[in-house]
Amino acid sequence: MALIKLFLAFLKIGAFTFGGGYAMIAMIQAEAERQGWLTQEELVDFVALSESTPGPLAVNMATFVGMRTCGVLGAIIATLGIVLPSFIIILIIAKFFEKYKKSKAVGGIMSGLKPAVVGMIGAAFITVARTVFFPSGVSVSLFSSASFWVFLGLFAVTAAFAFKKVHPIKIILLSAVVGIGAGYGLGL
Amino acid sequence: MNKNLDLFLTFMKIGAFTFGGGYAMIPLIQKEVCENKKWLNEKEISDIVAISESTPGPIAINAATFVGYKTSGFLGACMATIGVVLPSFLIISLISMILTQFQSIRAVRYAFMGIRAAVLALILKALWMMFHQVKKKKQPFSYAIMGLSLVLTAFLKIDAVFVIIGCGLFGLIWSIFNRKEQSNGTD
Repeated sequence: MALIKLFLAFLKIGAFTFGGGYAMIAMIQAEAERQGWLTQEELVDFVALSESTPGPLAVNMATFVGMRTCGVLGAIIATLGIVLPSFIIILIIAKFFEKYKKSKAVGGIMSGLKPAVVGMIGAAFITVARTVFFPSGVSVSLFSSASFWVFLGLFAVTAAFAFKKVHPIKIILLSAVVGIGAGYGLGL
Repeated sequence: MNKNLDLFLTFMKIGAFTFGGGYAMIPLIQKEVCENKKWLNEKEISDIVAISESTPGPIAINAATFVGYKTSGFLGACMATIGVVLPSFLIISLISMILTQFQSIRAVRYAFMGIRAAVLALILKALWMMFHQVKKKKQPFSYAIMGLSLVLTAFLKIDAVFVIIGCGLFGLIWSIFNRKEQSNGTD
């Protein structure tokens, strides 16, 4: 039963994710909350892990959640679930490719989907920002806490690096070092 | 070498050496599939990118299935897809087994506190890039959908599936409506 749930959840995520891994975070988060797979922090940590290992975020996420909840069999089932929709859809499209490419309907649908994906990545940004800056809710004492300012500064610096096209792995390594320094330095 | 086995091994190599998602994978696919193996030409590769963007699912899977099918039919599609997934699958399975033990180490916990800020920065960059792609078209319609999907997913906690279906339908209806207006105008 848990396996079927896992399979269906990732089938759904695989069938409705457009525009890359980050747009998927909102959907994974909702499922994770509903099914109790991962906490918000674990999800964000896993996005970082996924950036530092090869392969697509969606596949990594499916394998990880599957392994966590139902072991090796779970990992296989979840991965199969996320791969299957793409696989089937592409097989169909490969046959009718020329028609699909020129279809005005597809163009119309995409003109609605592309901005929707931007909004969903925006939503992912907001939820992750909450985890990073307000792990225990918003309060006045927050702005007097040193850790809040350290992580805000770290975010600003890493964002500058990201826009300068520094490789994500280097950015993640740097932030890990700063995190360790801040953790011991501030006695968190 | 057997073509299916070759597809499997080539895509396994691509899967094992791409960091940072699908778009990073395209140049590698191009090099292997066009230049080295000569399975497809440049135009077909750019078609694959266009298709992957307008179909659901990870770009890597879409591209592997497509190249495999074009090169060697259904079996080829299976082999290429399994090949591209396998490295991630093995690496992540391994990590998930040891991660729990690592998380009890204090330094690792601190490291992840820092890393979360970096993930936020990476998401911001992705957001900015996608926003610019949409902004080029300069349509109030696009901005409205952007805002709507943000509010629905982030604050109202509407299931993303409904947001995707709704916005896709909205785009379709809008484009049909606009096309009619244009053709009326030219009459």
